[in-house]
Amino acid sequence: MDPARFTRVDETAWRIEPEGAMRVPAIIYADEQLIRDMDDKVYVQAANVAMLPGIVQASYAMPDAHWGYGFPIGGVAAFDPEQGGVVSAGGVGFDISCGVRTMLTGLKVADLLPVQRSLAESLFHQIPAGLGSTGAINLDAIDMDAMLKGGARWAVQRGWGEPHDLDRIEESGEMAGARPNCVSDKAKERQRREMGTLGSGNHYLEVQAVAEILDEAVAKRYGLAADDVVVTIHCGSRGLGHQIGTEFLRDMAITAKDHGIVLPDRELACAPIKSEVGQQYLGAMRAAINCALANREILGHFARRVFQHFFPGQTLDLLFDVSHNTCKVEPHTVEGNRRELFVHRKGATRAFGPGHPSLPATLRDVGQPVLIGGSMGTGSYILSGAASSEDKAFSSACHGAGRAMSRHAALRQWSGRQIQDDLAARGILIRSPSTRGIAEEAPGAYKDVNAVVQAAEAAGLASRVARLRPLICIKG
Amino acid sequence: MSAAAVSAQRTGWEHFPHEADVGVRGFGATIEEAFQQGALALTAIVTTAKVEESMSVQVKCQAPDPELLFAEWLNLIIYEMAVRKMLFSRFSVRIHGNHLTGTMWGEPIDVARHAPACEPKGATYTALKVAADADGRWSAACIVDV
Repeated sequence: MDPARFTRVDETAWRIEPEGAMRVPAIIYADEQLIRDMDDKVYVQAANVAMLPGIVQASYAMPDAHWGYGFPIGGVAAFDPEQGGVVSAGGVGFDISCGVRTMLTGLKVADLLPVQRSLAESLFHQIPAGLGSTGAINLDAIDMDAMLKGGARWAVQRGWGEPHDLDRIEESGEMAGARPNCVSDKAKERQRREMGTLGSGNHYLEVQAVAEILDEAVAKRYGLAADDVVVTIHCGSRGLGHQIGTEFLRDMAITAKDHGIVLPDRELACAPIKSEVGQQYLGAMRAAINCALANREILGHFARRVFQHFFPGQTLDLLFDVSHNTCKVEPHTVEGNRRELFVHRKGATRAFGPGHPSLPATLRDVGQPVLIGGSMGTGSYILSGAASSEDKAFSSACHGAGRAMSRHAALRQWSGRQIQDDLAARGILIRSPSTRGIAEEAPGAYKDVNAVVQAAEAAGLASRVARLRPLICIKG
Repeated sequence: MSAAAVSAQRTGWEHFPHEADVGVRGFGATIEEAFQQGALALTAIVTTAKVEESMSVQVKCQAPDPELLFAEWLNLIIYEMAVRKMLFSRFSVRIHGNHLTGTMWGEPIDVARHAPACEPKGATYTALKVAADADGRWSAACIVDV
């Protein structure tokens, strides 16, 4: 994008002034190079979001923003139900509550290297991944509804997790307000055999090394030290969330005109929060959040089982589990007034700063861990929510490196086998059912994650705590 | 298939780029052919390996306009792929007004043989377009979230 199209607020804030049907400005947080490299469609999509009814303050885009559908990926927008605000199925996306969890293994890199190859094979065979994979868990109708209400708490009660995990999961592992009766039979059928599966695309399970500590004090509180080994899982609500997104996108697109909503893009399909379809979507979407929380808890349990085999006695304590595709009701201060807002984050991570009351007591004084997935070659980051993120973007930060190149272009440029061999030569073992899938997710197809997190820190969204480098990557 | 190769013939499909996901576009002499070819493009997101026609599945859907009907059609295929753990390689579509009936032929996914590259999540309304050009050739397209 041409930086001249924006009003530059400061080094890392770029403002699109309201024009046409925009109700509020749009603000993109990024450095100048990231702005120059960003697709023009991010500008259009961020401006389109600013046209939706009841939007508060601004439509935001994070430093990893890229062309999405309706909302940009990396988009954040808050809506006030008292001002005709909407909830948007497109603003949450198909992979409802897609997110990341990181677990501490208590191991050092030197402990892991002797078994790296056999651990990679074991994880690949024990973690169901990719299209056509089936989990070992088959839910009947009663279990399905219990899971949709109970989330990770349900998984723990069933023996697929540890009670002390719940404190380190958003919403204590159980999203309130879930309504399984708002979830269609088709969505439930799609999920029946998918609990404890990783999915595909950019979803992964990685064994990572702490490559660099950037904030000693916070790292210590998070239990991170140089050369530590951690396990990070990135996935979401699987087929259930995809089906809920599909069905409500259609229903909201068809009924928008009945609510007097003019959609600048059909993918921005939405409904008033106070409408019947809006309330049904919120009930179903919260059930899908519970599905994602349960799924990541079960995958974490499977990973623990594999690690137990190689390293008896290691417990893999959960650092944190946080989603980046959600709509959450949160109190925020706008123009001096405390208001309950419906905050949409699509490819953006909630990033509560120090002192936030919803954080567990053990983390409250340092802020929420913000887990940033990079690419399988370049590494990932752990950040901590900054106090200023509340004012900047309703306590939100980036969620990943963000794609810089289409899958189509990546396939033309790289061979999956070659990437696998090159990374193996660098000590990174990739396991996937598809070499084409590896090529589509090539490290070079992503933005520079270092630049993205530096911009997030400079913008006051979150602060860098540790950089991680991959050792093993299981991809669907 | 290259865009040039597709544009030279009346029936076919292509993928077109999106930064995070994949665009599918089908072409044909009729809207039904365009929908059938769009479905082949959907399968090609997942695999380029041969998919046998050992089983058939019947589906039907409806939508208020042809564009939403195309998205509904692709979403039905995605649903059947997910719950039956199948891939499909031949499609037959009939459209009457706002109603579509379809038959698709395929086989259960064999992970080793098909090496599925990704799992389509849903057909989006981004770049969603169903139209006939001046020569009467139909096309049906949208971005698929993968």
